[in-house]
Amino acid sequence: MHRTNTITELNPQQQQLTELEQHLLNDFQHGLPLVPRPYQKIAEQLGTTEEVVVDTLNKLKQQGFVSRVGAVFRANSIGASTLAAMAVPENELEEVAAMISDYNEVNHNYRREHNFNLWFVVTASDEQALNSVLDDMEHRSGHAVMYLPMLEDYHIDLGFDLEFKADSELDSNQAKV
Amino acid sequence: MDMKVNRRPSLPIQNQFSEQDQALITIIQSGLPITATPYADVGKALGMDESEVLSRLQRLNDSNVIKRLGVVVRHHELGYRSNGMIVWNIPDDAVAELGACMGQFDFVTLCYRRPRRLPEWPYNLFTMIHGQDRDDVLKNVQFLIQSCNMGEIDHEVLFSTRRFKQRGAIYRKTKTNKAVS
Repeated sequence: MHRTNTITELNPQQQQLTELEQHLLNDFQHGLPLVPRPYQKIAEQLGTTEEVVVDTLNKLKQQGFVSRVGAVFRANSIGASTLAAMAVPENELEEVAAMISDYNEVNHNYRREHNFNLWFVVTASDEQALNSVLDDMEHRSGHAVMYLPMLEDYHIDLGFDLEFKADSELDSNQAKV
Repeated sequence: MDMKVNRRPSLPIQNQFSEQDQALITIIQSGLPITATPYADVGKALGMDESEVLSRLQRLNDSNVIKRLGVVVRHHELGYRSNGMIVWNIPDDAVAELGACMGQFDFVTLCYRRPRRLPEWPYNLFTMIHGQDRDDVLKNVQFLIQSCNMGEIDHEVLFSTRRFKQRGAIYRKTKTNKAVS
């Protein structure tokens, strides 16, 4: 049941995953059943038990493959959020990045290859709170924050296809480890 | 310093939620408990019964406040090590059409229109693409350009080279217990 997949198209991280884990990661990124026992329903679809599904998801979360099971909210439908960027001199980047990450209101913070080299997402309860965080960042870092709120969302979010091969393409007797 | 000049226009109008919806959103934004009865367990923490949690979530889902409900994966840990933010400078009258075209592909994880900040920032459409490596991302960029007929559109690909922080959004402070007015 918990055999290791050895399909070569899968990257090394994916090869560690059992078939059940692959299904849980790929097939349930949207449409978590809104019923009292959602994992019972998922277990029925996957031919396993509720307990195995719950345990496996908890394990995937502990391993860092799953960030959470929950809702992705449409940007700015609750609270206020924005993408922001700064152009930070190389010798200050480490310090400024750490300062930005330290804000409870910051959830993503990345270095990117550009003159604007620090990109982060700020969320707050409302626009006023958001502005005061951005002001504080500018004041403390001494650098301007470029503020790029979402104006329109064109994306239909059904989750991310992890490109696991369909069952039919797997030889189910091929239990190589 | 002239940092503040006209940089913060108003955000789109926000939805208004009841106090109960807000409490529910606050408690689930960092995730549902992974237990046999997640909705009942969330309800317990809020003094709400399971059926009320379910009906409120159903409503938030139907009204598109919730874009999706389910497993949120970490791309990097699953081998999608490369993450490119592609920024496009699209004529204003074409942005809706091209945004919709790009937003339909499942390898695109975000597709947002954002304001330009001239002169230093001319780009008004942002798409995020995760790939196993840079070539993987760049191939998908080419695919977008061809599929949506964007050969003439000025763009840049900003690869991330380091992740300083990543977690789900928290819109409200959860540590304080001040009454919400």
